[in-house]
Amino acid sequence: MKQLQSSFVPIAAILSAIALTSILLLAYQVPAVDALWLLFTGALSTQNRMSDMLMLASPLLLCAIGLTVSFAAGQYNLGIEGQMTIGGVASMWVMRDYQVGDSVLMYWFVAIIVGFVAGMLWATFIALLKHYTRVSEIFAGLGLNFVALGTSLYFVFGPWKRPGVASMSGTEPLDESAWLPTLDATRLAWPTPIIAIGILIIIWWVIRHTHWGLQVRASGLSPLASARMGVPAVRRMFEAMAVSGGIAGVAGALQVLGVYHALVPNVASGIGFLGLLVALLARADIRWVAPLALFFAIVTSGSIQLPLALSTDSSIAGVLQGMLVLAMIIARSIQRRGEA
Amino acid sequence: MNQLVTDIASVVAMSAPMLLATMGILLSERAGVINLSVDGSLLLAGMAGFAAAFLTGNVVVGFVIAASVGAIVAALVAYLGVTLKLSQTAVGFVLALLCTDLSSFLGNPYVQKQGPAVTAWPIPGLAEVPFLGVVLFSHDVVIYFSLLLVPLIAYGLYKTRVGLILRGVGERPDALYARGIDVIKVRYLAVIAGGVLIGLAGAAYTLDLKQGWTYRHVAGTGWIALAIVIFGAWRPWRIVVGSYLFAVLQTASTRLQDNDWGVPTQVLQVAPFVVMILVLAIVNSVASPRFQRWILDMPAPVQRFFRFISSPAPAALGK
Repeated sequence: MKQLQSSFVPIAAILSAIALTSILLLAYQVPAVDALWLLFTGALSTQNRMSDMLMLASPLLLCAIGLTVSFAAGQYNLGIEGQMTIGGVASMWVMRDYQVGDSVLMYWFVAIIVGFVAGMLWATFIALLKHYTRVSEIFAGLGLNFVALGTSLYFVFGPWKRPGVASMSGTEPLDESAWLPTLDATRLAWPTPIIAIGILIIIWWVIRHTHWGLQVRASGLSPLASARMGVPAVRRMFEAMAVSGGIAGVAGALQVLGVYHALVPNVASGIGFLGLLVALLARADIRWVAPLALFFAIVTSGSIQLPLALSTDSSIAGVLQGMLVLAMIIARSIQRRGEA
Repeated sequence: MNQLVTDIASVVAMSAPMLLATMGILLSERAGVINLSVDGSLLLAGMAGFAAAFLTGNVVVGFVIAASVGAIVAALVAYLGVTLKLSQTAVGFVLALLCTDLSSFLGNPYVQKQGPAVTAWPIPGLAEVPFLGVVLFSHDVVIYFSLLLVPLIAYGLYKTRVGLILRGVGERPDALYARGIDVIKVRYLAVIAGGVLIGLAGAAYTLDLKQGWTYRHVAGTGWIALAIVIFGAWRPWRIVVGSYLFAVLQTASTRLQDNDWGVPTQVLQVAPFVVMILVLAIVNSVASPRFQRWILDMPAPVQRFFRFISSPAPAALGK
């Protein structure tokens, strides 16, 4: 009976999110079944759409992995968008020195590492503010998101602006030889998903199978108790935030190298926040991160076809995703009550 | 000179929705509840208000609908965060994204439509006063309301029993509970009242200061409002300073479009956030017990100065 109940509640949550979304669609005279079908499968219909979806899923996965680490340490890293942006800025800083004929592999490697370090420092700053000046990581993160956006705007419109005219479309694009290689005729820059999966495996192993991972999780569950047990909880909090920001920085660097091929003002463009939804759903359980990131990317990519196919707005994808997360959060609290 | 007066008047006008939203956030946070949904609920309320005014041709209906939408989202935050004791951060964040997308989807038919708007109403007599007449008294009802709201909230919070209870609930809920105050009820009322103001702020944009509805109309404003409340250290008058500072910098950045000192104007718009984080860090450090002990040996005026700037967040915020 208990088993039945524990699987029944989440299923009910998912169904009610889908039902509420359908009601909204029907209220606006959109055929709900067709719209949902497009959301769930539209991104998989052609090779090009599939590759675009994977190019969204990869940075989303990276952000969600990082957030899972900071969640494990009990931190809401709302500064993820800023860390991603600053990672993009930092990687562009490296790539600007690239000349045709240089070893591009070396440049990519350095750009990604520098992106990681930049994101890490950005997140460490949040942790410093939290620990030494007691500024909540939520507000410090949100504030720094704007600062990161300002930094990126500064470079796009200032020192790195296109010769002649500065524009929101970004800096002068990188030379084509510095773009991450793509698969055949698609936009799938295959190194991006490979790096994302590689980092997923590393973090999975670190969180589940190392002493460090155990200490991070312990300090997230109860900083006081774990400090008493000799876990350096504050240090683990700093390290978890740093790793989280670093991975977001890598996501930003990969967006510059493989998607935009330039620095655009808003490198993160909401992917970090979408990653937060994924991480909230997965709730620090890293096993769920990859399938959920893939699912969210499918829904978001599929929704792009909605305006043309059913002349409705693509934002219904966000509505469905938000409702799902909200319903699941509520379902879990009901479950916890049942167990108590 | 005339340009400057017009600019000051436009700063006063453009800050009206920001004042409404920040005062709404203040009410809820002083009672100990973070309503992180503001960025979405402001958009959703603004959209609903515009749609209602567009369909009925009546601006007042629009404001009533917007206030109701703000109240409903706030009530949801209170139910999930206070009654079910879910993480206020998680719930508010999800609602912020959800309401933004809801506003885009539901507002789709109203994009770029010409709707009714609040009409200007210069106060007879006062509007002719030099300088102040243009700056303060030649606006419309929404802007006058925003100007009156701040002293009203400041008075209510600090000089009335209701305000004392509300602040107490945000600082020492257990102590108030022991004295027979229904903490949960107070929190609900504060959050919902705050939601009404946030909803009105949304309509103040769509029906008055940035008329009409477009996709993600004033997205980002809610996050800025949340940041300004922190910048203002949860004190009404400092929040006003923050709101105006923000509007001044935004106006300045459009005025300085063709400057020749090499700073792109977009950067000016984020300057307030750098200041905000610095102020926050200083205020919080100064409020720490260690620093307070350290200044005990200082001369009295120095002590008073540090007491003045040390104003930490409500102790029970988010708990």
